[in-house]
Amino acid sequence: MNWMLALPELVLAVSGLVVLSGGVLTKKGHAFLPTAALTIAAFVATIFLVGLSPDGVGYHGLFQVDAFARFIKVLALIGAIVAVALSVGHRDEGHELPFEMPVLVLFSTLGAMVMASSASLMTLFVGLELSSLSIYVLCAIERDRPQAAESGLKYFILGSLASGLLLYGISLVYGFAGTLSYAPIAAEINSVGALPLGLVIGVVFMLVGLAFKLSAVPFHMWTPDVYQGAPTPVTAYMAGAPKFAAFALILRVMSGPFGAMSPRWQILVEVIAAMSMLFGSFAAIPQHNIKRLMAYSSIGHMGYAMMGLAAASPAGTTGTLVYLSTYLVMNAGTFGVIEAMRRRGQEVDEISDLAGLGRTNPGMALILAICMFSMVGVPPLAGFFGKFMVFAAAWQAGLYPLIFLGAVSAVVGAYYYLRVVKVAWFDAPAAPFDRPAASVSFVSIAMGLATVLFLLGLGPISDAARAAAMALVG
Amino acid sequence: MNAAIAQIGLGPYLTVSAALLVLGVFGIFLNRKNIIIIMMSMELILLSANLNLVAFSAALGDLSGQVLTLFVLTIAAAEAAIGLAILTVYFRNRGSIQVEDVATMKG
Repeated sequence: MNWMLALPELVLAVSGLVVLSGGVLTKKGHAFLPTAALTIAAFVATIFLVGLSPDGVGYHGLFQVDAFARFIKVLALIGAIVAVALSVGHRDEGHELPFEMPVLVLFSTLGAMVMASSASLMTLFVGLELSSLSIYVLCAIERDRPQAAESGLKYFILGSLASGLLLYGISLVYGFAGTLSYAPIAAEINSVGALPLGLVIGVVFMLVGLAFKLSAVPFHMWTPDVYQGAPTPVTAYMAGAPKFAAFALILRVMSGPFGAMSPRWQILVEVIAAMSMLFGSFAAIPQHNIKRLMAYSSIGHMGYAMMGLAAASPAGTTGTLVYLSTYLVMNAGTFGVIEAMRRRGQEVDEISDLAGLGRTNPGMALILAICMFSMVGVPPLAGFFGKFMVFAAAWQAGLYPLIFLGAVSAVVGAYYYLRVVKVAWFDAPAAPFDRPAASVSFVSIAMGLATVLFLLGLGPISDAARAAAMALVG
Repeated sequence: MNAAIAQIGLGPYLTVSAALLVLGVFGIFLNRKNIIIIMMSMELILLSANLNLVAFSAALGDLSGQVLTLFVLTIAAAEAAIGLAILTVYFRNRGSIQVEDVATMKG
């Protein structure tokens, strides 16, 4: 057996157990900082191991490593590092988060990595559940805050419903294709003339389950409540790694085993993408809570990223992957600013609390403005390149109605993003925020810079995304 | 193919599991009372998928479906434990587990 193939996952799993035991043995109340530091160290080490891991399929066709898996894993790990770094300065009525928080982020990221490397529906389901179960707990980790408990409960109920539907879809696909591994499923679909109805229903169920995890319309209803209620570092995490992993699954499954039936599912994906883009833009307009606004924004962004999937071509996959990388940096920058929004130790999260930030804290207001302009898609910021690549891929695939709807929702989206910028720069100043923790400032500055300077990294990132897309097809 | 499955055919197994799935989904969406009932409905959905997997596995003469079923049973147990833990936390904060009370955040 080739242990090198899953070395990053094994190392991460073992370090998770070690960090957890260390946290239990440390004196109560002093465990958070060491656990967070060790978790970040484990993530960094894992990124290097992912870079070194060889290509191949192993463990009886359950697990595969290719350029695509590596790309998603690196994105997920960076998202997780950002979330843990943001959690370091987090206080709820003077209490820091429990030390289990970084450990749960670690296990959830492990699940995301297993999802990215899945070569069989079995690995897909187990990875997805490892990732989701950890997040259910993370949402409710501030036990004494009613909103956190409510958000955990809502995410748990709707998330496990989605997993149940996904599993039912898996069982139908297994029954009608006769196997759980991706490669034989693809061979089976290519060889039969008429597709059995059960297989089609199974694929639809799987698409629904995965769209739920992506928070794509019409399976988005949990997103605003969960984003608002969960602690800010957890929200920042949820908007990153799990979304990338769910995209990894949907891209891998739809272009791999179900690639031959793409005319059948393409229309479904187009409708989901169009509805997500439009709903994300229009429903965000009346929002006054910034975390809720970011929830609607993430629904819209998932719609744009799905446009690349709807194109069902390597160019589309490349576009989606670049879009996800740009989303990672601008989203992390925004959540850095949101985490820094506290007055006298109390977290505030209304958009009106940002009033006059340009005068009270120009640096933070600048980062916020950069991220918001990037979300709109203004060149030369990061968001522009992602949008450009998915639109170009959709154009090549001839999806003109989708491009039109995407352009409309981008214009509508500009309104609510720029409203945040307007409040921060031109409204009469409110009381200034507390001085943010060093790690929070570091994350927002680093991600703000990455958003501005994305152009410099565009060459290598799009090359890597192209290689990943090719690995998926080949 | 397994003897029992060959005699009865796959149809009845799939019908029962589809009925369980529908019951589970309706139990979640039509139930306006208690969150515990929602959690029972979720178990029904997972079990319906399990029944499918086992029936297909026997009919195909392929073991991987039954292996997945064992994984699903473990995951369902973990999920129920986490769900009950979150429910306990919620009850301590709010003093109620009625479905209509779960609505402090809106918009």
